Amino acid sequence: MNNTAKTPGWKKGAVHLFPIPALAVYILFVIYPIAAAFGYSFYDWKGLVRGDFIGLGNFVSLFTKEPFNHLFWNAFGHNLYYFLIEMVVQNVLAFLLAYLVFSKLKGSGFLKMAYFLPRLLSVIVVGFLWKLMLNPNNGVVNVLLKKLGLVSWAKPWLGDPATALTSITMVNSWFGIGFSMLIFLAGLQAISTEVIEAARIDGVKGFRMIRSIILPMMNQSLIIITVFTFIHAFEAFELVYAMEGSQGEPYNATDTLAVFFYRIAFGGSSGGDSVALGLGSALAVVLFIIIATISALFLYFTRNQSAQH
Amino acid sequence: MKTSKSFRGLQYAWAYIGALLSLYPIFLMLTSSLKTNIQILKNPLSLPVSMSFAAYHKLLQQVPFGTYFWNSVFVSVVSVVLILLFAVMASFYIARYPFRWNAALFFFFLLGMMIPLKLGIVPLFLLMKKIGLLNSLWSLISVYTAIGLPLAVLILTGFFRTLPRELEEAARIDGASDFGVMWHVLVPLIRPALGTVMIMNFITAWNDFFFPLIFVQDDLKKTIPVGMLSLFGQYSTDLSMLFAGLTLSSLPMIVLFFMASRQFMDGMTAGAVK
Repeated sequence: MNNTAKTPGWKKGAVHLFPIPALAVYILFVIYPIAAAFGYSFYDWKGLVRGDFIGLGNFVSLFTKEPFNHLFWNAFGHNLYYFLIEMVVQNVLAFLLAYLVFSKLKGSGFLKMAYFLPRLLSVIVVGFLWKLMLNPNNGVVNVLLKKLGLVSWAKPWLGDPATALTSITMVNSWFGIGFSMLIFLAGLQAISTEVIEAARIDGVKGFRMIRSIILPMMNQSLIIITVFTFIHAFEAFELVYAMEGSQGEPYNATDTLAVFFYRIAFGGSSGGDSVALGLGSALAVVLFIIIATISALFLYFTRNQSAQH
Repeated sequence: MKTSKSFRGLQYAWAYIGALLSLYPIFLMLTSSLKTNIQILKNPLSLPVSMSFAAYHKLLQQVPFGTYFWNSVFVSVVSVVLILLFAVMASFYIARYPFRWNAALFFFFLLGMMIPLKLGIVPLFLLMKKIGLLNSLWSLISVYTAIGLPLAVLILTGFFRTLPRELEEAARIDGASDFGVMWHVLVPLIRPALGTVMIMNFITAWNDFFFPLIFVQDDLKKTIPVGMLSLFGQYSTDLSMLFAGLTLSSLPMIVLFFMASRQFMDGMTAGAVK
């Protein structure tokens, strides 16, 4: 008995309509804008109107004209710093917290929730909340430091170019630590308890346990975390915008590529930059290429490496 | 072999200091919103002497917070419903039919997970302008639906593939259509996956700040996160009102988290942990 033979032709073909809504929305609002940004970057733009085809002209301006070239490398360095601090502070602490939760302390369910809770806030709320807390005069951080007798530690955290970017990356770590912690925890829980027991019987414990038994078995989590952190750091926009505005104050000390891009494309809220869509699109393309190639290369090389094990 | 007592004590100390650092700023936000401006300035660390909801009264009077709230609810709920509907249909097609282009189609959707859509914001802005969606909540709904689809298709396709063929065949012999098979037979069996997709997209839509910042200028069309931007712009010295605004913005999500914390944590990491 052949069931499909009885189905009328139009009804049989109707199944091909199933992926159409998803495809249409996805192509129109994800694929098209990214592809179009590549196209835009080759044109001269007069405000919102497309002008002549100028080849790589926008890219040349971006890398050779003052102040763009200077601002580009300034912001690029900040993105890199953002990434490094997130790796060293957020992810190392996240691993330690995951290990603590994994060690079956009393209240580990509560601990997991506590670490994760900040991740549920909107980044703009996180930025504003910490801006209030880091206020040099009446913010909690400085008041607390003075109460503890560390008067000289109290600083204008967000107003001093020396501390502004680090402060923002720390706030970002506060926000993101729970997410990394959960991914590490899932990695830890995937290691068979027999392996850990066997090592323990052999007298391995403490940091040696982590370094020589656990970390090598968590390759997968480490790769995922690194790629996520990298993409996140090179997309960094919201927190900087909330805490230091579209100029990446003080004196561009917290400017990132995405904030710089926003300023070129939409004109910063202050400073009177004019909108330059061609240049903005060129910057978007460069940023896209940085994110895509570095993540792809990293994934490619780590896959090769873990396949050799 | 047992971990030594002092090492265990050290573990507890670190674990709970970590929890304190995580929770204290949120606790401070809550308590400060119940204090007066003078109390906050005089002693930012103290607990509120008496519960004062004055800041909330003022907030609701000065700022159209109720409008922001309903805009956020509308945008998040409609986006999530559309993602579920569209992703279920596409994943069902990819997972349950042997068409030769299905692998390519699946891969094409997955590509979206690697694309930072922020970088396409200029063409997206001009597109929204052209189709008349600037200053409309539908601009946000269409973007959230589009960026939610790749991961939703990944998760749902995985679940659809695990279901046995026999279920489907039995329904077809009884005369069920393709849609009937999908809707009445398979969808009820992948409820946990639907929950995961729902939670992670709801949080993304609820918290997003970037797209409304670009697409929405009209104050009455703002969602909560951009509403906070205007609040901080206008009342930057009214500290207790600012804390009240932050608290009110976060409370819905925090309450939902306490109601279903496990599902939240599983849902948000579903894209990374497989």
